[in-house]
Amino acid sequence: MILHELMSYELLRMIWWGLLGFLLIGFALTDGFDMGVGALLPFVGKTDVERRVAINTIGPVWEGNQVWFILGGGAIFAAWPPLYALSFSGYYLAMFLILSAFIVRPVAFKYRSKRDDPRWRASWDWALFVSGAAPALLFGVAVGNVMQGVPFHFTVDLMPIYEGAWYTKFIGLLDPFSLLAGFVSLAILVMHGAAWLTLKAEGNVQTRARAIGSVAALVAVATYVLAGVWMATGIQGFATVGDVVIDGPSNPLHSDVVRTASWLSAYADRPWIAIAPIMGIVCGLLTFLGLRAGREVSTLLFSKMAILGVISSVGLTMFPFIMPSSTDPQSSLTVWNSSSSHLTLFIMLFATAIFMPLILMYTAWVYKVLWGKVTEDDVTDKSSSLY
Amino acid sequence: MEFGIVELSRLQFATTVMFHFLFVPLTLGLSILVAIMETVYVMTNRPIWRQMTKFWGLLFGINFALGVATGITMEFQFGMNWAYYSHYVGDIFGAPLAIEGLMAFFLEATFVGLFFFGWDKLSKTAHLIVAWLVAFGSNFSALWILIANGWMQNPVGAEFNPMTMRMEMTDFFAVLFNEVAQAKFVHTVSAGYVTASVFVIGVSAWYLLRSRHIELARRSITVAAAFGLASAFSVVLLGDESGYDAGLNQQMKLAAIEGMWETHEAPAAFNLIGFPDQEARETHYAIEVPWVMGLIGTRSLTTEIPGINDLVAEAETRVRSGIIAYDALVQIRETRENTDPAIMAQFEAHSDDLGFAFLLKRYVDDPREATEEQIVMASNDTVPTVWPMFWAFRIMVGLGLGFIVTMGYFFYRASFKGMDFPRPALHLAVWMIPTPWIAAELGWFVAEFGRQPWTVDGVLPTAMSVSALSMTEVAITLAGFVIFYTILFIVEMGLMLKYIKKGPFEDVEETRIWTKRHNDRLSGRGNADAITRPDATPAE
Repeated sequence: MILHELMSYELLRMIWWGLLGFLLIGFALTDGFDMGVGALLPFVGKTDVERRVAINTIGPVWEGNQVWFILGGGAIFAAWPPLYALSFSGYYLAMFLILSAFIVRPVAFKYRSKRDDPRWRASWDWALFVSGAAPALLFGVAVGNVMQGVPFHFTVDLMPIYEGAWYTKFIGLLDPFSLLAGFVSLAILVMHGAAWLTLKAEGNVQTRARAIGSVAALVAVATYVLAGVWMATGIQGFATVGDVVIDGPSNPLHSDVVRTASWLSAYADRPWIAIAPIMGIVCGLLTFLGLRAGREVSTLLFSKMAILGVISSVGLTMFPFIMPSSTDPQSSLTVWNSSSSHLTLFIMLFATAIFMPLILMYTAWVYKVLWGKVTEDDVTDKSSSLY
Repeated sequence: MEFGIVELSRLQFATTVMFHFLFVPLTLGLSILVAIMETVYVMTNRPIWRQMTKFWGLLFGINFALGVATGITMEFQFGMNWAYYSHYVGDIFGAPLAIEGLMAFFLEATFVGLFFFGWDKLSKTAHLIVAWLVAFGSNFSALWILIANGWMQNPVGAEFNPMTMRMEMTDFFAVLFNEVAQAKFVHTVSAGYVTASVFVIGVSAWYLLRSRHIELARRSITVAAAFGLASAFSVVLLGDESGYDAGLNQQMKLAAIEGMWETHEAPAAFNLIGFPDQEARETHYAIEVPWVMGLIGTRSLTTEIPGINDLVAEAETRVRSGIIAYDALVQIRETRENTDPAIMAQFEAHSDDLGFAFLLKRYVDDPREATEEQIVMASNDTVPTVWPMFWAFRIMVGLGLGFIVTMGYFFYRASFKGMDFPRPALHLAVWMIPTPWIAAELGWFVAEFGRQPWTVDGVLPTAMSVSALSMTEVAITLAGFVIFYTILFIVEMGLMLKYIKKGPFEDVEETRIWTKRHNDRLSGRGNADAITRPDATPAE
């Protein structure tokens, strides 16, 4: 097969770096409001019927949304195997907690309303709350760690070794900067969940979602700005030195990397990337205003754009780094040294180009069919087919 | 054998994957059976078929939730527990997993919500299409995961790249149309169809024994028996195809299944039963059926099937050849692009055996320093433990043949005896419910345990594939998964039984009126044979 050589290796790597961001953002935009609704559940729903309204706003779509998470894992495996191997084994116990949440959540959705016992339902409500809030926090913590560099190196056989005893590997993730990043992520997803509930619910659930969501929006913007200032002044960055081979074999041991004073230098090199954090902040504030004003469709849209801005600001700031190493900068994973082979990247791009438009089309169709509010009457009248 | 991180990680993988596969077969088969039932409903407009669709759909949904939940673990576990494996073969193995997400998971997950929530929001035809899309999505996912697994059994279309220290894809279509993968795919989905058929027949038989939901139960058995009979033939035939493919590329697995230590003259006999003895390298008290093994493994009467002892001798020469490849690899790593062409040539001549040198890593850090004794030990490691393979295979095949007989019987009664089923047969059907799960788990056991000591046959040993984790970490997550899964399993079984006991509870009145009118009409025409049984009265 030579068809793949129509596209250069470095171009494919760039595209796959973009697609990695696309998948993470796709996950945050769709499953993000599921997690947000989960985290909001005990606060927006005080009665069983109210909670069922909140749950049923995401009832028919959470399953498809969750596939963004699974596809994210699969795509990292296929396009960035060293990243998949390193991050999943390195963040071992944190990954386990996230997985636990994603195991419990589907079951909680499906099983919660299948028995009338209030204790049964209260247990599953609790499960939905934790499985929404915990991953929302942990995803941010993971990003905070990546930005500071992660303690790992590769052996000559390219075995990834994450340093530290098992408990320090987990507790060590929870440093102040990463926790702050975690709160950014939690607040922004709560805001997103509230924007969704504003659109899909009415009455008490909607009123409470708007109140909590507007606080979350302000917290999200404030913590994001704080994290940005901290990053600019207190977090060392990374840089490649010398001639970087951008179409060479994917071997993290062949690169030359140094630590820099700050990631901020990226903004000197590529000033246009400032658009991402600005978008995050402005759209976060617009979401706040939208929630206060009771706008429904535009609020959700602003919330989505805020998430888009925040996530892409991380990627654009760190480029070309994907996962830098704090203890052995030479082992750092970049766009140029940790991808799949030329052929695999091409085949995966081909598959994505066929299926992704289809996915977006039928997903849009499903949302269109389900358009409209979930009311308390819906939930009480047709208790058989709804959750 | 000492119990270390490799064994613990294997235990974790086996636990989570076998648990996952408790839910997969039913999802594969029931999604199609439900879509078939809904198709009949849309074509005939008879409410009983909508009731059947909703009832079996509900049970499908309960099962599907756990299939999804436990499947997530699988997608991430490779990176978590098998980091070196993920690095080493991710370039090939990751692709089908990602395509599975793109092509299959999105399809089934996006539409499964609409299947349950869309009855009032969609036209009949649109809802039917949704049901079929869910079924296709589930079955496509089986296709891609078996392409990935097929590659682990028969690693085609890839070669080792010394610059990146990993296997890289050279031919995607070879990976895609890998005959092992294709045979395994059809074998596996057929097994799922049989599972769902046995489940539907078993639950329906339980209703008939209690004279409940008779109309629903009889029709369900009729659909499931026809579907199940075709599937049972398919599962056995494609199992045979898998055996033939194993004969071509996984001879050790075939020899272990057969407990065949020495190479016999063609055509080899099949050991019907026997007691394999790993120490003595003999199978005691074997009852042999002449010719059968030769026919399954080679489809000829003249081709020999090598026995375990000869395969071990062959492995030993490959270990020695692998050491030469490893020696060249070490030099290439130092000189990279400037490597002496002679060294490069030396590497390429022996690179197919590199994995066999890695077998030595269990005993010595640098395979080049291996002693003669260690080389012999590494060669012996290529033999999986024989007796579990031997017995698991025989029980699976026995059950498979049993499914053909049972399905054939129910198909006959449903088609030619006016859906009249004798009580002993109904009792048998209820008791048979667990058997397809046993067969499916044993099938996976034979396929994966029989692949040992490799994760990727002949390419990467299991012992080298694991992550650099502590026993504590893996033990914590293993305990966590076991606790989680146990709770979920109890909850799931509780709900399944609750809804089976409850029976169909939707469209009850409409269905009752239609059924009565339908049966009156049949009797009015004097078709006494079809309506001699009491009228169906829904229990609630």
